[in-house]
Amino acid sequence: MRSIVRVTERVVETPSTVTLRFPFVAPAAPGQFVMIWIPGDDELPMSLSYTVGGSKGVTVKAMGDTSRRVQSIRAGDAVGIRGPYGNRFDMAPRRILVVGGGSGSAVLAPAAEAAVADGARVTAALGATQAPELLFRGRFDAMGAQVEVATDDGSEGTHGFVTTVAERLLGTEPFDAVWTCGPEVMMQKVAVAAASAKVPVYCSVERHMKCALGMCDACALGPYHVCVDGPVFPAERLLPLAEFAHAHRDPSGRRVPFGGH
Amino acid sequence: MSSLVADLAVRVGSLALRNPFLLASGIWGESGDSLAGAWAAGAGGVITKSIGSLPRAGYPNPTIEEYSTWGLLNAMGLPNPGMDEYPREISAARSHGALVIGSVFGSDAEEFARLARRIAETGVVAVELNLSCPHAEGYGTEVGSDPKDVEAIVRAVVGSVSVPVIAKITPNTSDAPALAVAAENGGAAAVSAINTLRALAIDTTLHRPVLAHGLGGLSGPAIKPVGLACVWQIYERVRIPVIGVGGISTAEDALEYIMAGARAVEVGTVIAHQGIGVFSRLVDGLSHRLDELGYASVSQAVGLAHGAGR
Repeated sequence: MRSIVRVTERVVETPSTVTLRFPFVAPAAPGQFVMIWIPGDDELPMSLSYTVGGSKGVTVKAMGDTSRRVQSIRAGDAVGIRGPYGNRFDMAPRRILVVGGGSGSAVLAPAAEAAVADGARVTAALGATQAPELLFRGRFDAMGAQVEVATDDGSEGTHGFVTTVAERLLGTEPFDAVWTCGPEVMMQKVAVAAASAKVPVYCSVERHMKCALGMCDACALGPYHVCVDGPVFPAERLLPLAEFAHAHRDPSGRRVPFGGH
Repeated sequence: MSSLVADLAVRVGSLALRNPFLLASGIWGESGDSLAGAWAAGAGGVITKSIGSLPRAGYPNPTIEEYSTWGLLNAMGLPNPGMDEYPREISAARSHGALVIGSVFGSDAEEFARLARRIAETGVVAVELNLSCPHAEGYGTEVGSDPKDVEAIVRAVVGSVSVPVIAKITPNTSDAPALAVAAENGGAAAVSAINTLRALAIDTTLHRPVLAHGLGGLSGPAIKPVGLACVWQIYERVRIPVIGVGGISTAEDALEYIMAGARAVEVGTVIAHQGIGVFSRLVDGLSHRLDELGYASVSQAVGLAHGAGR
């Protein structure tokens, strides 16, 4: 069922990223998502960036028109929330590498916090275009994670891709899981690197969604539906799919290649 | 009686199905992999999303309002990749062995005929005409509410394809059985009923309709008695086979439709509640229930509630 709630807080996390906090008491786990309705505009799937207690949150990067409109929501505005939907990160691993690109930290930060609270050790490899765009760097520091950074422009950390950092870390430490979220080409590279290090990888993926109930087929990805079978998938299920890292579907169901990576 | 295993194979006109449970149009039908998945899960056949001439994004979200267990309101708005793009999905489904029925929607007889001809070329075993979507301007119910229009559309399609033509008719009219009669007169091989019931949800806090499109269509258990009444009345008015649709979540629901006169049924909303595994539960459940009642086949139960089978 859908709840109408008022946004309690709007936080500018980076120049392109905004968090909205809102009261939502339904229990949720890291990895899950909600459908957030902007009345009169649209309803979008968003992974929860805050999953604990009665104040949940989503963190939105300005990409298309709609995410810009989500960002335009102010404290006090009414939004509709339904969910949470989808699966979650398995908390069994004890030594975890998280690899986040762009806004991927939105889902990885709460997952890492839950893992640390459960006694796991977390190393975070975070990538962004430039240093000010590194999302939730402070949250990873605060939870006691070891943080390694890569930026496209070299303004902080490794100059280049976060996958380079991840590959190096995988070669030096015995992780028992990799959690990753970001552009699919990035996740694919991480998955291939981790496979050769024999470390299981879990990817949080995104697709256009409508019903979020496993029915309308808008989020079909190979034989899976991201809304109910995901959004977190073991990499070995994704790597054989022709679409993974190559194409998604637009709202009409047409296949559209990923561009610009 | 426990040694009996009821025969679930059915014939809908010339169409042979391994069991009577079809995946309803609009559910899991955008991608060929999903159609193949529904087939692998045990569906007797799979019906595609309704395909139009051009790619269509459908309505903006919210497109769904979910009620606890009794129903689902939707206004997807006929999203589909268009007839140029979609055949690859049918090919993908057929490459996994799926028995595919192609659904199309058009604004007039000529467009329906052209789309039916094209989808028939992809190897579908039948074409279902969407004459009944309750919330798409210029399509569905808007072209499928007048018996004269239904007859003309069906006739045009039947003259254009060699596979059986199924007319899916609307319950949002004063005389749905008259639409089935019109479809029969036009040469339809079968009629399917019902599509969703036109419906609305309002958010009182925001004092506005919940769905972006406003009006939508209600599906799920709430509409089963409506669908049953429709199938019952249609069965008494036509000689062509009837496919029952509306709120089926259990084998018992399906058997009600069969006894009302349906030779096959379509299922959809239950997949949101039970997942695709529901197909094998429906198949096992119907087989078990027919055994229990002493029927050797689905055919023996068709129309039984009318007092005398045909």
